[in-house]
Amino acid sequence: MSVAPGFGTVLRMTIGKDLRMEWRSKDAINSMLFFSLLVVVIFSFSFDPTAETSREIAGGLIWTSFLFAAVVALNQTWARELRSQALDAFRVSPAPPNSLFLAKALGNMIFVTILECLMAPLFTMFYNLRALGNWKLLPVIAILGTWALVVNGTFFAAMSIRTRIRETLLPLILFPISLPALLAMVNATTAVLTGDYSPIIWIKLLTVYDVVFTTICLMLFGTVINAE
Amino acid sequence: MKPAFILAAVAALALLGFSTYEALYVAPTEALQGEVQRIFYYHVPCAWVAGLCFFFNFCASAWFLFRRNQAVDAFALASAEVGVVFCTIVLITGPLWARPVWGIWWTWDARLTTTFVLWLIYASYLILRKFATGGQGAVLGAALSIFGFADVPIVYFSIRIFRTQHPQPVIAGGENSGLEIHMLYAFLWNLLAFTILGLVIVWARYLVQRVDQAVEEAHKAAALRESAAGGAA
Repeated sequence: MSVAPGFGTVLRMTIGKDLRMEWRSKDAINSMLFFSLLVVVIFSFSFDPTAETSREIAGGLIWTSFLFAAVVALNQTWARELRSQALDAFRVSPAPPNSLFLAKALGNMIFVTILECLMAPLFTMFYNLRALGNWKLLPVIAILGTWALVVNGTFFAAMSIRTRIRETLLPLILFPISLPALLAMVNATTAVLTGDYSPIIWIKLLTVYDVVFTTICLMLFGTVINAE
Repeated sequence: MKPAFILAAVAALALLGFSTYEALYVAPTEALQGEVQRIFYYHVPCAWVAGLCFFFNFCASAWFLFRRNQAVDAFALASAEVGVVFCTIVLITGPLWARPVWGIWWTWDARLTTTFVLWLIYASYLILRKFATGGQGAVLGAALSIFGFADVPIVYFSIRIFRTQHPQPVIAGGENSGLEIHMLYAFLWNLLAFTILGLVIVWARYLVQRVDQAVEEAHKAAALRESAAGGAA
């Protein structure tokens, strides 16, 4: 009888496995990149923004495209665990469920962050952006905002994968809950880009959102994954 | 249980008749807004019932996560459905009232937007419940309900910050300076009538859901018996 794997071991091995799979297939990152590229083009055709207006709408635009693109990565988080009943095997194993959840959430965080790093220069170029506020806050907003999307997204993906319509359900349950986070990240980003007001209160709100929902996710994940 | 339910339903209808009479004929016409202000006697009680239902849904969901009780789950689903219906009424009567009084159908202020987001969250709850198969729906729904409940205060505060940074034209309206005594009576009667009506509908929906659950259990048991018989043969 071997001992149960520890929290850190499961976390490390799951992240490693997911990154390796993504590195070999590049399924998620390619579709996310192409998708957000399309959003950039579609938005600029729909609104035809000048440099001044684009600074005001860019915050909303960037985050909307990341939100939609993130759904692609989130949806395949658990789909690959359903093949060969890997998820069922995990459920009967004594490994702690939260380590699996954190590993998946961190993996998605890495994917979406890579997407953001690649897309940010493109957005800056296409929309002629220049931050009038403190640009050093942008990475902080990006990290807090991405985590806000990804932590709930990973959790809700685990819920929607178990329903009849699977992937279709994820945005339907994720977006309403994410509205305040989206509002916060869009306004914080706009605040930095335009320099009109301080983004600090929005960063605080994002932090509260992250803390509250990370706690709830960790509290409920074991229950949801074992739901019969 | 049956006679008690019928009694409650009759009481709700009678109260509703009386309170409608109070609202339409007894309460005086508001000086500034005119007759349209009478929508207040339906709008606010409906908002109250919707809030009450969503609160019931949260309590039942939390309870369900601790004690897996089918009856509690039926109650959670029933109250969420009725809550969404009353919330829809609020979102319809609101613009009908706002248009003549404020001059606009809708404004993205904190209270309106929060109500709308609340409606979206519980609508997504119902969608999840509809598509979740078997016994999972109850657990998944209960989890989503906890998320939704935690989200509401954050939504409210975020929109308040949003609106203080982007000031809107000042909107007159609402009943900030106390109600005239007949208006208050009409309002309280309506509040009582709609609360009892809401509870009666939740009760009815709960009974239907219990029957649904019993039918599902019977199907499961029959399938088990069949497969056992098939295995023996």
